[in-house]
Amino acid sequence: MTPEPAAAPSVWRKPAFIASAWVRWALGIGALVYLVSALGSIDIAWGRVAAGLPRGWRFVASFLAPDFLSRGDEIVDGLTESIAMTATATVLGVGLAVPVGLGAARNLSPRPIYLVCRSLIATSRTLQELIVAIFFVKMFGFGPFAGMLTLTFASIGFIAKLIAERIESVDTAPLEAIRSTGASWLQWVNYAIQPQILPRLVGLSLYRLDINFRESAVLGIVGAGGIGATLNTALGRYEYDTAAAILLSIILIVLVAEYTSGLIRARLK
Amino acid sequence: MTPLWRRRTTRTQWLVWIGWLLGALAFAQSWHTIAETTEWDFVWDAPTQAADMLGRMWPPRWGYAPAILKPLRDTIDIATLGTLLALLLATPVAFLAARNTSPHAVLLRPIALAIIAVSRSINTLIWALLLVTIVGPGVLAGILSVALHSIGFFGKLLYEAIEEIDPTQTEAIAATGASRAQVLIYGVVPQVLPTFAGVSVYRWDINIRESAVLGIVGAGGIGLQLNASVSQLAWPQVTLILMAILGAVAVSEFVSAKVRAAII
Repeated sequence: MTPEPAAAPSVWRKPAFIASAWVRWALGIGALVYLVSALGSIDIAWGRVAAGLPRGWRFVASFLAPDFLSRGDEIVDGLTESIAMTATATVLGVGLAVPVGLGAARNLSPRPIYLVCRSLIATSRTLQELIVAIFFVKMFGFGPFAGMLTLTFASIGFIAKLIAERIESVDTAPLEAIRSTGASWLQWVNYAIQPQILPRLVGLSLYRLDINFRESAVLGIVGAGGIGATLNTALGRYEYDTAAAILLSIILIVLVAEYTSGLIRARLK
Repeated sequence: MTPLWRRRTTRTQWLVWIGWLLGALAFAQSWHTIAETTEWDFVWDAPTQAADMLGRMWPPRWGYAPAILKPLRDTIDIATLGTLLALLLATPVAFLAARNTSPHAVLLRPIALAIIAVSRSINTLIWALLLVTIVGPGVLAGILSVALHSIGFFGKLLYEAIEEIDPTQTEAIAATGASRAQVLIYGVVPQVLPTFAGVSVYRWDINIRESAVLGIVGAGGIGLQLNASVSQLAWPQVTLILMAILGAVAVSEFVSAKVRAAII
């Protein structure tokens, strides 16, 4: 017979999220020490913050009365450039991401090609868009061309990685079936793999289109074209009403794009 | 004569072709917009420029390393404190936005959803541009801009997690006569806590990347040194800074992956 437990606790207590008490305390104290040292290391110029607060209010207020007109031409030009960059970069990015994604799938490609494609993907994903843009602006000169290349480069890493992962988990039965008909490599990819990944590829491309537009709005800060330059200038001149108009346009376009791509993706499923 | 099998009817086939045509036209128009503002001489010159730049970038200027330690620490502080602040602010927003926990679905829920949409549509760097003009350049602007953009990210993922919880557990708690707050603490929170933790670490990892460039617009961190070095054409310093950023990103990605694997 097993001995009876000493005395069942009469009060129920919620089990802790981290089971080991030792780890829990160590993490807690570590976090506290870090927080105190981090908060201590930042120096905040409270005088400057206090001086800026009225300006902050002015900005919030200007959202109620945005000024679309006094710099209307610049806003329209900037937005057109942003949209053009987004569209071309997404098309080029998807076009280039497909071969890279095929190369980065372990079950399709030979080891050397796999490693090259994987390192390309890793580079593209680690480097923040703005850093890439700085280099492309130095190489290709100011303007939307550098921005388009930046977004293309970022899209390749994003889409190729997810496509490669999808290819690595495809159903293998069609692969064998098509191969046993004596199909060439290209036919094999086109008839066995393409139908399995196409819905995912379309969904990802639409999602990336959203992201590219959002990113295109900041590339102008380093001279890579788009609405960012207009916004930067407006904020630099403390023209909050124009800035509010630009931000509202960005938010509106992002919401419309997100809603439409959501509809299309829902239909694909 | 037996008709051949066709995948689409004539009508849908035409619609598909028209769709492709419109897409091609849109692409051509976009390309034209970009091409007419491009200085093609610079573009053709790019390989020479790139080779020249890469030649100047090596070897890195190791002596510069002590000067970037503090900015690197600031970068990590901005990401961490910004993420914590965002989590603090986003949690109530998420509970207001979730259909099953929102106290008022008609009045409060749309407000919470609007906060999430606005915060998400405006990039961290744009928040930074804005905040630098309001609170002045420095780490504070960085922390606030990271927090303001992350609220939307957290809010969206957290409210979706809250809406997906198993209702039987909350019903069981409610059946014991628990108050609304108790149902929340004992029925809802334990179910969403793993998602909260996972999402926070994931966003922290993204925020390290973002905070590395915030300095370009004056919002603190290592981006300030990066921008200064690029504009002084001090390429060996740029190499060192990039190596520091890549190191920080690699470490944070590793930590975040480990923690998420441990939670799930």
